[in-house]
Amino acid sequence: MPSVDPPTAGPPTIDPPLALLAELTHRCPLACPYCSNPIELERASSELHGEDWRRVLREAAALGVLQVHFSGGEPMVRRELATLIAEAASHGLYSNLITSGALGGEREIAAFAEAGLRHVQLSLQDHEAANADRIAGLAGAFERKMKFAAAVRAAGLPLTLNMVVHRQNLDGIAEMIDLAQSLGARRVEIAHVQYYAWALENRAALLPTRAQLDEATRIVEAARERLKGVLAIDYVVPDYYGVRPKSCMNGWGRQFLNVMPSGTVVPCHAAQTIPGIDFPSVREASLADIWYRSDAFNRFRGTGWMPDPCRDCDRREIDWGGCRCQALALTGDAARTDPVCALSPEHGVIEAALTEAAAAPAPFIYRRYR
Amino acid sequence: MVDSASVLRLAPHIVFRFDETRRRWIMMAPERLMLPDEQAVEILKLVDGKASVAAIVDALAARFNAPRQEIAGDVTEMLQDLADKGCLAHAER
Ligand code: SF4
Ligand code: SF4
Repeated sequence: MPSVDPPTAGPPTIDPPLALLAELTHRCPLACPYCSNPIELERASSELHGEDWRRVLREAAALGVLQVHFSGGEPMVRRELATLIAEAASHGLYSNLITSGALGGEREIAAFAEAGLRHVQLSLQDHEAANADRIAGLAGAFERKMKFAAAVRAAGLPLTLNMVVHRQNLDGIAEMIDLAQSLGARRVEIAHVQYYAWALENRAALLPTRAQLDEATRIVEAARERLKGVLAIDYVVPDYYGVRPKSCMNGWGRQFLNVMPSGTVVPCHAAQTIPGIDFPSVREASLADIWYRSDAFNRFRGTGWMPDPCRDCDRREIDWGGCRCQALALTGDAARTDPVCALSPEHGVIEAALTEAAAAPAPFIYRRYR
Repeated sequence: MVDSASVLRLAPHIVFRFDETRRRWIMMAPERLMLPDEQAVEILKLVDGKASVAAIVDALAARFNAPRQEIAGDVTEMLQDLADKGCLAHAER
């Protein structure tokens, strides 16, 4: 039996991680302006090899990870995907594919199902081709996604549709839910854009108005009630319009590990934007070392790092002070309270952004290698 | 609707298994982890796509030597809740 070191060096309260986000590549045929990948996309030449990924999956399972989400970029760019799914399955990991559906179809899906894939999450930009393809920055993408969804269902795999919503598709939310149902999805995840990286650059094109948001929320709530037991609807509201932040990743280093294409390990997508943290790599350290002992994962773990007003707040173990990357992006300091919180002294920056949303939308800046 | 004649199975996206690291039974959907308590574990172990809810209740009542009616209420309520969440499906009959 491989043994996992007990967490003696760190605080004794560190639980094993639940999920691994395996970003196999940053390459993607789409160019969504809200893409959660970093502005500095990693190139194919720096990507981990298949054997490295297999070791990462083994170590993850030994560490207590239960689920692996194969993501990217577009993970289907990587030819080894089926072997990686098989590796994950051989260690009892639940594997989920997060894809744009723009590459491959029946043959690939059948191979993945055979290898032990449990579930597919397919992104959808809108309910009709013209606007969907405009948002994705790729003509024909919508058509391919429709075929892909059919292939997933034909292989008997459960399907979730991921819909990132914003000012330029939010009004079609009812039709998007209908489409999900007709595609045989069991669940839709409707998430408002989170403003980091590409999305932050595109904020003036993406942030919805309050009226749009309220109408969409009403439609989602009605649909959720109507489709109970048929289609599960998860809905993540934009935190800019809230008064308290969301619990980002359920807290820094509490449940998630994200391995980037080059092997760098971060607690969330955008963490690498935080200066002064040396993020470890699976090329140099074991996942167990990284999880329990690295400075990067311990930096904002728990509540010890918290500033006022979080330090004495009764929500500090509910939202963990919000998102570190958002604090950085909007206040210049990752160790501040997330300014989305109305108690944050910097909350004014959010109000300023919301006035932008009332103006005409800016043109998209598409996600590309620069 | 879940009633005593219902025959249920786990939905295809659900995994219910024992986790060695945490030394407990877990139930997973891709988007979340659920931690069934001891009673729920005993019920879920009997959800196999063959046994009816009534048969599950009988088995539990016999095993725990408890009033059948009470168990029936708890079991149906829990299974209904999981079915509403999409975690359970009705088996073909
Ligand atoms: S958000 Fe769009 S561009 Fe980014 S990885 Fe997903 S499909 Fe590709
Ligand atoms: S003050 Fe901090 S802990 Fe309290 S609600 Fe705001 S972000 Fe959360």
